[in-house]
Amino acid sequence: MIRTKVTPTTQTEALAEVLDICGTNAANCMQCGKCSATCPASSRMDVLPHQVVRLLQAGQVEKVAASQTIWSCASCFACSARCPRKVDPARLIEAVRLSVVRKAGGNYLKADAVPALADEAMPQQALVSALRKYSK
Amino acid sequence: MRSGRKRMKYSYYPGCTLKTKAQQLETFALKAAALLGLELEEQAEWQCCGAVYPLAEDEVATRLSSVRALAAARDKGEKLVTLCAACHHVIKRVNDDMQAKEELREKVNSYLQLPAPYLGEATVVHYLEALRDDVGFDKLAKLVKKPLAGRKIGAYYGCLLLRPAEIMQFDDPENPTILEDFLRALGADPVVYPGRNECCGGYVAVTDKEAARDISRAVVRSATGCGVEELVTACPLCQYNLAENGGPAVKLHYFTELLAEALDVR
Repeated sequence: MIRTKVTPTTQTEALAEVLDICGTNAANCMQCGKCSATCPASSRMDVLPHQVVRLLQAGQVEKVAASQTIWSCASCFACSARCPRKVDPARLIEAVRLSVVRKAGGNYLKADAVPALADEAMPQQALVSALRKYSK
Repeated sequence: MRSGRKRMKYSYYPGCTLKTKAQQLETFALKAAALLGLELEEQAEWQCCGAVYPLAEDEVATRLSSVRALAAARDKGEKLVTLCAACHHVIKRVNDDMQAKEELREKVNSYLQLPAPYLGEATVVHYLEALRDDVGFDKLAKLVKKPLAGRKIGAYYGCLLLRPAEIMQFDDPENPTILEDFLRALGADPVVYPGRNECCGGYVAVTDKEAARDISRAVVRSATGCGVEELVTACPLCQYNLAENGGPAVKLHYFTELLAEALDVR
């Protein structure tokens, strides 16, 4: 895992975009790490959920946008439901993911890649969800 | 239909997967409903809910199909009933948006131009809630012909029915009981295990099968560690992940399959 050093920067245009998309903010986080402890997908993440929140507090959206984390989050809402400070990491991660896929060429999953990834038992719900999350 | 029992009519939203890969979830729900006095009339022109609730505040288009379903139920004066946990999650949260977010409500109504603007008037219930609140688990228990006694069955809730609790209002998100109460009504003695409200991996299964395996195996290990041999779900994607990625240690059923079995209409 690559550790990220966080230093505060001023609010960037990228951060303003993310906060606009999600309608929430990272300010209340006290870095207790409960979100990362409860996240079922954390073993695949290079930036853990509490680190995502810290990076966004510091205005460093680009480090989150370049992470594997935004593609590994399964939107199970465990982090948000269990946060003692009512921060919503799932929504913050979604906003960064959207700030990437909404840009030209930003799709993580392309429709023509789906047949090779799907198997006979995979429900339509999985494919619709994945395309909604990973592409525009 | 026994005489004297009141029939309850609902506007039924099935969703895409119940017509394809998860037909058992629907088929047995409808068979049981007929016996229980629940009349589920499928909406005439339902559209896919999109499977994931749009967390972005600025998205309108991804909420429209849910609003159409909600308005259709409102117009008929019926509760909207769902079976798939994902559809339920999406439609219930969009309904909450339509009640709470004025700017979104205006944009949606300006786009849809419905005969009457939709203002969040419909009530969204999951089939399990209709069983608990409208039929009653005590009445359900009296109709059981083949009790599921002696089987080690665990309930798997997953995420979408429970979270966020303040909007879903389905059950206690950390210590839910509705599925266990349902199983008890069917004559089973449910096994409670820690992982029942943890994620199955969801749509990550499409792009990262290894991750989905790790996540769903953790759930199955939690269940088998407590002696579970069979799991019930209310979500086609949970069912897929636990069955295909969770390993062969447990047998998976939709909750409606066991309902139909206990009522002897399977």
